[in-house]
Amino acid sequence: MYVMFVLIGFSLLVAIIFLVVFIWAVRSGQYEDQYTPSVRAIFDDETRKKSKNEESSKPDNQEQRSTD
Amino acid sequence: MPSPQQAHTANTDTRPPCYHCGDVCDGRDIAIGEKYFCCNGCKTVYELLAEKDLCDYYAIDEVRRGKSPLDSGYSHRYDYLDDESIMAQLVDFVDGNTRMATFRIPSMHCSSCIWLIERLNTLNPGVISSRVNFPRKEATVTWNAAQVSLREIVILLASIGYEPLISLQDVAEKRKHVTDRRLYYKIGIAGFAFGNIMLLSFPEYLASEGSIDPVFQFVFRHLNLLLSLPVFFYSSSEYFTSAWAGIRQRYLNIDVPISLGIFILFTRSVYMILAGTGAGYLDSFTGLVFFLLIGKIFQKKSYDALSFDRDFRSYFPLSVALREDDGEHNVPLTRLKVGNRIVIRNQELVPADAVLLRGEANIDYSFVTGEADLISKKSGDRIHAGGRQVGQAIELEVIKDIEQSYLTRLWNNDVFTKESHGRLSSMVDRISKHFTAAVLLIAFGAAAYWAMADPTLVTTVFTAVLIVACPCALALSSPFALGSAQRIFGNNDFYTKNTDTVETLARIDTIVFDKTGTLTQTRSTHVRWRGPVLAEDERCMVKSLLRQSTHTLSRQVFASLAGDVTHDVDAYREIPGHGIEGTVDGHAVMIGSAEWAWRDTADPVDAGSTAVYVSIDGTPRGHFSVPNLYRDGLQPLVAALKPEYDLIILSGDSDREAARLRSVFGDDVPMRFQQSPEDKLAFVQRLRAEGRQVMMVGDGLNDAGALKAADIGISISEDINTFSPACDGILAADRFAVFHRLLAFSRTSVGIVKASFVISFAYNIIGLSFAVAGLLSPLVSAILMPVSSVTVVAFTTAATRLMARRKGLR
Repeated sequence: MYVMFVLIGFSLLVAIIFLVVFIWAVRSGQYEDQYTPSVRAIFDDETRKKSKNEESSKPDNQEQRSTD
Repeated sequence: MPSPQQAHTANTDTRPPCYHCGDVCDGRDIAIGEKYFCCNGCKTVYELLAEKDLCDYYAIDEVRRGKSPLDSGYSHRYDYLDDESIMAQLVDFVDGNTRMATFRIPSMHCSSCIWLIERLNTLNPGVISSRVNFPRKEATVTWNAAQVSLREIVILLASIGYEPLISLQDVAEKRKHVTDRRLYYKIGIAGFAFGNIMLLSFPEYLASEGSIDPVFQFVFRHLNLLLSLPVFFYSSSEYFTSAWAGIRQRYLNIDVPISLGIFILFTRSVYMILAGTGAGYLDSFTGLVFFLLIGKIFQKKSYDALSFDRDFRSYFPLSVALREDDGEHNVPLTRLKVGNRIVIRNQELVPADAVLLRGEANIDYSFVTGEADLISKKSGDRIHAGGRQVGQAIELEVIKDIEQSYLTRLWNNDVFTKESHGRLSSMVDRISKHFTAAVLLIAFGAAAYWAMADPTLVTTVFTAVLIVACPCALALSSPFALGSAQRIFGNNDFYTKNTDTVETLARIDTIVFDKTGTLTQTRSTHVRWRGPVLAEDERCMVKSLLRQSTHTLSRQVFASLAGDVTHDVDAYREIPGHGIEGTVDGHAVMIGSAEWAWRDTADPVDAGSTAVYVSIDGTPRGHFSVPNLYRDGLQPLVAALKPEYDLIILSGDSDREAARLRSVFGDDVPMRFQQSPEDKLAFVQRLRAEGRQVMMVGDGLNDAGALKAADIGISISEDINTFSPACDGILAADRFAVFHRLLAFSRTSVGIVKASFVISFAYNIIGLSFAVAGLLSPLVSAILMPVSSVTVVAFTTAATRLMARRKGLR
């Protein structure tokens, strides 16, 4: 039954690891800016799309421009 | 490509938007193929981007608004950045040749900006990386010092339209970020302890008394105790410090009951565990702190978003006269850039730090310092934002970007705050003062009752009462509802001084309108000269004098006159209610009312217009007849306002317009004519003495006295820098027709505040009754408390937006 203590020790250890990871995340500034990364993710997509079919994407963009 | 062609033919008569910044181009001279640019700067940025294959920039955001860059001449401005000691202050990190610095770039405003700034390394290979923090408007740039210098990076940023704001006070700001992170650490630790304590308490929850192995029980309880220590000493510390600070000032703030609850819960649990009498309430205690902190962060984030919008998104609907090679144009303040030359007339405010180029400046810094001394400046002197020119028109060169947040702060300077405080906020103050005392009383009363009825419940009831009855929701409802209303006003080009203004707007029962420039348009068409034809140089003299004044009529006549401003004006004087005079090229020129400028009464020729008389060297020369064109939508506006408000018209003009005004306003609206600014002021004061809530609508600078005396002074802004401490709100002239909707909306938002008061009271009464009855555990109350704050904040913001949409506001 006293093997429980080992289990509790492990569970606490895992929890402490998560706490440390959280503190690291805060320290590394991941909670400073919760907006820009969301925008950045979209950019990567666009550049990829562009390199894939560079020819067809250009007129598309222009059409968008002239209508707004 | 059929569709772009079509769009172009349809656009031929209108001026094309600039391909880079979206502003309207003056012509089609600056172009690359089919792409038009408003200035060479924008074209240069486009070429730069095209060369580096970065034209994706234009496809990211549908609203294509690049920043137009600075004109040339900034290359030497940053020479000081090569100085080692200055560089050391700005650079955060040095490792060999690698340097890192963080710049504040207030001009970034959309996702395209992020995209471009993060691709600095394409523009200059010496840049290793650049990363944007958009909410904070910062960019962190890492570069190789062997290839590029700090100065070159700043110039690169400036040349693509993102000039960094470099101030050596930034160091102080960085300290603020550290405190922000502390809240996250506190939440993390509280959450960690809460989760584990819950886990370790499971046996206690499930097992019946005595069925747990005492060794386990001992270990579990003491582990819990260990886990809760950092929560008590670290995570909840700010409640204790805040409560203690309140008590020391003999004031029971809302953190007092919370701290007391936390303290009792913790010490009681510690005692129970150490004495071996029970498991204590450590699960409740840690959960309580955890949820309280989450509520706090939510509140902080929504509040930051509100104040960010106020400072950076909704700009004052004001214009400033920009001096360009081909004359003077009025541009919105937002488009003012470093290096622009601006003209500031009598009583106008200097919107950004600038250097005096021409004219005698007498600057009144009362806006900034509260001291109304005039300081005279010589050409070449620096004039700080917020100074007000008194006397002739001056020309300035802008040397710093305009800072909306700075102007807002000036406007809210205590010196100009009206004595009447918002009723809602004072009500909240009153309530929260008694609230804490009442809550403490209830808590001790309930504890005393349960001590006799069932001693095991005393701690539970006592803490539950203290925690559940938090006036947070009450305190939050008014700033959030009125703050959202203020934001909606801003979207509709109606800029209010602060949230109290929104509240006072809702109480108004009497509206006083000024006529000229408020009810009438200030278009310069159809101004006619009546009298012997003026010679070319006489016309220039008149125009030179008119240029000095901000009065609506002066500006209308000024804009209608052909010719250049050729002369400097000496001994300029503006006599409110009468006219302006000055010595131009050795001649004494007077422009104004007949009695003043002509020292005579005269009959103007045209009906339905206001006459502006001119005399040169004491000889009457004729008058300008300025037609009174009423603003579009005046009739429906009057029809909408009349049932709800008493309308009054004050005019400095003669009563010849009375018949036309009557046809718009009806016979029951009191009208007073030939009112001097002092008369208007006295009249408004009399109305207030009668117990009315008066709103004065005027043109800002010329009615300053009456605007200040009224409960609310609104200035109508049309092509003019009417930023004056006297007014509480600035309304863009083209939104005048929907003014009644804005007024109605202020009432709605006060209604929303009251509704949220009801909600938060309901929460408190229901929560308290359960808590007193012993049916509420401290943990549930700890969840309820932030939930009530969240509901109130969510309710007020959502309701305000919904009602705005219903009322047809943007």
